[in-house]
Amino acid sequence: MSARTDYRHWALSAPALVLFTTFLLAPLIMTLVLSFRHFDFYGGIDDSVSLASYAEVLGDWYFYEIFGRTFAIALATTVLCVLIGAPASYFLNRMRPGFRSVMILIILGPLLISVVVRTLGWAIILGNRGVINTFLMDLGVIEAPIKMMYTSGGIVLALVHVMVPYMVLAVWAALQRQDPATEAAAESLGASPLTIFRRIVLPQAMPGVLSGSLIVFSLSASAFATPAILGGRRVKVVATSVYDEFMNTLNWPLGAAIAILLMVSIVVVMVAWNRLVEARFGRSYA
Amino acid sequence: MAFLELNALTKRFGPVTAVDRISFNVEQGSFVSLLGPSGCGKTTTLQMIAGFENVTSGKITLNGRDLAGVPARHRGLGIVFQSYALFMHMTTAENVSFGLEMRGVPGAERKIRVARALDLVHLSHLSDRYPRTMSGGQRQRVALARALVIEPELLLLDEPLSNLDAKLREEMQLELRRIQREAGVTTLMVTHDQAEALALSDRVVVLEKGQVQQEAAPFDVYETPHTAFVSSFIGKSNTLPATLVSGDASGSIVECAGVRLQAGATPLAAGPVQIAIRPERIEVVDDGAVLTGKVSERVFLGNQWLLTVATPVGNLLVLRRNAGRSEADIGDTVGLAFRRVDLRILASSEAAA
Ligand SMILES: Nc1ncnc2c1ncn2[C@@H]1O[C@H](COP(=O)(O)OP(=O)(O)OP(=O)(O)O)[C@@H](O)[C@H]1O
Ligand SMILES: [Mg+2]
Repeated sequence: MSARTDYRHWALSAPALVLFTTFLLAPLIMTLVLSFRHFDFYGGIDDSVSLASYAEVLGDWYFYEIFGRTFAIALATTVLCVLIGAPASYFLNRMRPGFRSVMILIILGPLLISVVVRTLGWAIILGNRGVINTFLMDLGVIEAPIKMMYTSGGIVLALVHVMVPYMVLAVWAALQRQDPATEAAAESLGASPLTIFRRIVLPQAMPGVLSGSLIVFSLSASAFATPAILGGRRVKVVATSVYDEFMNTLNWPLGAAIAILLMVSIVVVMVAWNRLVEARFGRSYA
Repeated sequence: MAFLELNALTKRFGPVTAVDRISFNVEQGSFVSLLGPSGCGKTTTLQMIAGFENVTSGKITLNGRDLAGVPARHRGLGIVFQSYALFMHMTTAENVSFGLEMRGVPGAERKIRVARALDLVHLSHLSDRYPRTMSGGQRQRVALARALVIEPELLLLDEPLSNLDAKLREEMQLELRRIQREAGVTTLMVTHDQAEALALSDRVVVLEKGQVQQEAAPFDVYETPHTAFVSSFIGKSNTLPATLVSGDASGSIVECAGVRLQAGATPLAAGPVQIAIRPERIEVVDDGAVLTGKVSERVFLGNQWLLTVATPVGNLLVLRRNAGRSEADIGDTVGLAFRRVDLRILASSEAAA
């Protein structure tokens, strides 16, 4: 019986497995192999195995800066998403059902529109001749336009807009699992509203905040479209520099090495984060 | 002056009157049940006493103190919620300790009191476990300990046993009564389970449609229900429309579907009434039958047989102890008899007609 069930497990997961191996694992392995190839500006890629690309990335401060900037942007985005998304979900959870559906639609609506379109929208708003600058200059508040395009700040702003729905969904799911009577129970035991929020609501929402952070951080760290449009060549992040290595410099092994390093560092952050969460909340939220 | 007094307590939700001028008292140290069918306003009443629901009109007095305007967290009541509402991110001990922390009880004393409360509900061995890893009965005890540890003036229980399976529920009924006695805490329990209310309470308050139907000791609500609703809601009862022909303190005569029957005493005047008799008070007899009828249904309940007998006055439920003999079968004609005092006369109400 158990052997049969085992067999069925495999049979049922076969389609997913095939999809997974062909479209995810295969390109990944090819990228990995590519990153170990040797590249020469005049001879192109040859078949010899070398660690030159990794040495180049790890030995150049330029790349450290790009990695540093990427993670700083991802971290800032995550923090802002928590600050905006967590309270939003808290209020969402307390709304009347009808009104809540409308609000959910408004919050999730942006997900229906392509990231590129939304980011171009931000470019219109943030540009030197953009909505904000024109408005402020017309009012006479500022003389020269404030530089917002091609800055890390602009990228963070647009990324927050893209990522907040994920945070709201994650936190809201956690809040929904919570029994509303627990707040009443705490109140009957003498807790003030602030104490109820701090000791009862927040701890129960924490797993949602943490998993939401994980999603937002990894998506932001590997985001391409938003930094490409709002950062251009001037504010490079890891994803855009990978693109440049592949499409402009044509140094594919170097691009592959950067991509692999980005992936590895994101995985390391995720695993570490997960460990932390498990250690802290594993027992009560199994 | 009673310990807890509800005076013409009313709650309206827009056009809906959920609680309609409810008045009753709870004596100190007693166990009172608020019993009624679903939607009759039990939870709403409890929520008003707890302070989670505003009072439309009426008055709640606890130990001589008017509760109007006192916020829930200053009422100092112990509440066990229907869902238990345990803090899932805290261990058993932390859950129980929470109320004491809020009261600023120092750590050392807190430990002692938490240990004592857990001992009372027999959960000392699970003090470090999280609720998610405990059974329904255990969680229920944690909720009880959490409510009792603050030594509340009044313990409110909202259907505390409804989430448990039948067997565990019976066990917990006995436990609940023991714990309440040992803690000596005045308790008001809400339930729709009449057996639970009868088994646990010193007094039962029967509610229907937001109104008090009867308030009495369990034996009295069962034996002398005031209304047809109480009679049919508490235990099983055969209720039939009839006409009171004559009556005095010694007994009365009623006519039901053209059959004259001797019934118990009644203060009511001649006219249309309801008559009610419990299935277990009807005997199957060979001689001296008051009514005869044909058995139309027979259900075996283990310790009892439940017969439906078609008689001239209508279908009557008859409950027979299973004495190990075979029982009258479907289609058999049987004679029925009962003591006249067991045939009770209730005021006729349009609702029950
Ligand atoms: N917030 C509310 N808004 C409108 N009507 C309400 C509200 N809360 C309760 N009611 C109504 O008040 C009546 C009493 O509700 P309540 O919850 O007190 O019933 P209950 O006796 O506890 O029933 P149950 O045994 O099903 O828990 C019901 O008819 C219900 O529909
Ligand atoms: Mg209820």
